[in-house]
Amino acid sequence: MIYCRTDFLHGVGIDIMASQMKTPKDSDKYSVLLPTYNERENLPLIVWLLVKYFSESGNKYEIIIIDDGSPDGTQDIAEHMQKIYGPDIILLRPREKKLGLGTAYIHGMQHASGNFIIIMDADLSHHPKFIPQFIRKQKESGYDIVSGTRYSGSGGVYGWDLRRKLISRGANFITQVLLRPGTSDLTGSFRLYKKEVLQKLIEKCVSKGYVFQMEMIVRAKQLGYSVGEVPISFVDRVYGESKLGGNEIVSFLKGLMTLFATT
Amino acid sequence: MLFVSGIISIRFFHIFLSTFTMTKLMEWLLGLSLIGVLWSIVTFDLLDLRISDQYLQVAWPLPIYLLVAFGCYSLAVVGYRVATFNDCETAAKELQEQIQEAKRDLQKKGLHF
Repeated sequence: MIYCRTDFLHGVGIDIMASQMKTPKDSDKYSVLLPTYNERENLPLIVWLLVKYFSESGNKYEIIIIDDGSPDGTQDIAEHMQKIYGPDIILLRPREKKLGLGTAYIHGMQHASGNFIIIMDADLSHHPKFIPQFIRKQKESGYDIVSGTRYSGSGGVYGWDLRRKLISRGANFITQVLLRPGTSDLTGSFRLYKKEVLQKLIEKCVSKGYVFQMEMIVRAKQLGYSVGEVPISFVDRVYGESKLGGNEIVSFLKGLMTLFATT
Repeated sequence: MLFVSGIISIRFFHIFLSTFTMTKLMEWLLGLSLIGVLWSIVTFDLLDLRISDQYLQVAWPLPIYLLVAFGCYSLAVVGYRVATFNDCETAAKELQEQIQEAKRDLQKKGLHF
């Protein structure tokens, strides 16, 4: 009789252990938000790369393309990609005209079925090969946000001249001194967020452009969210066409001062 | 009456404290005014501390010294970071190769470039 009782408890013990070991990994899904404007050339390439690396990693995913009424036919290409890869993988959420990044994220998230959101640029400066690394990093310590950094570890840039590097490092230094954000790359926009974290942050943030990206991290720190970092390589093929001018620098400093005074 | 109003004001103070977070600007202003007060006390002998002359000679130019030191530190750090900024040559090459591969594969799937 004693033998039977211990056997029963042993069986119950195994069941408890098994249910604790069953990780939620099977239900994790990653929604990639791709805001596009005039990315007819790059869109198929970035989608191909995303499909390649996600398929290899075995994670569940979807790609949400938010096109702001591009005049160059980006939306047609997006529809073609949806035909090739299927509407489960490619979701189209187009908009009438260029309306800004924050609203693009909100618009994209409304129909996102993932519990994680990945934001990135669609111009091939951000390489999808880093996404499995983001995912691994997030699972390591349960980070609320994982941010790609160009400034630390093996992170780096291709296609920047000395002037651009100087401005970039100088601006980052001033930002570190004034805001003490706890992360090395504040203006980067290649990130993995838990969906509810991104929703909460977008509600709270008021800036535009890349100051918006800075504000998200600063507010995340304020709200007590954890941020992990993964070094990334940023391949800039656009810089040659659009130099970083005085206007951009001035608006960056204005945005920085606003964050300094309000956070 | 006094006791009750005391309790109420303490309650409000606690609520205020729990929702109050200083902005970075306020932290800086607080820090700078603290340093300013300490420096003034020492330099202008506001509290009759009778500090010896050697310490006074170091104390009064200290803010300028610190500012210059910080300036030099900043230049050194930014200079170092620019010099060691990683150039991702291999990443750029790999991207070029993958672009070609992607174009070939997508053409097979029916996309025309």
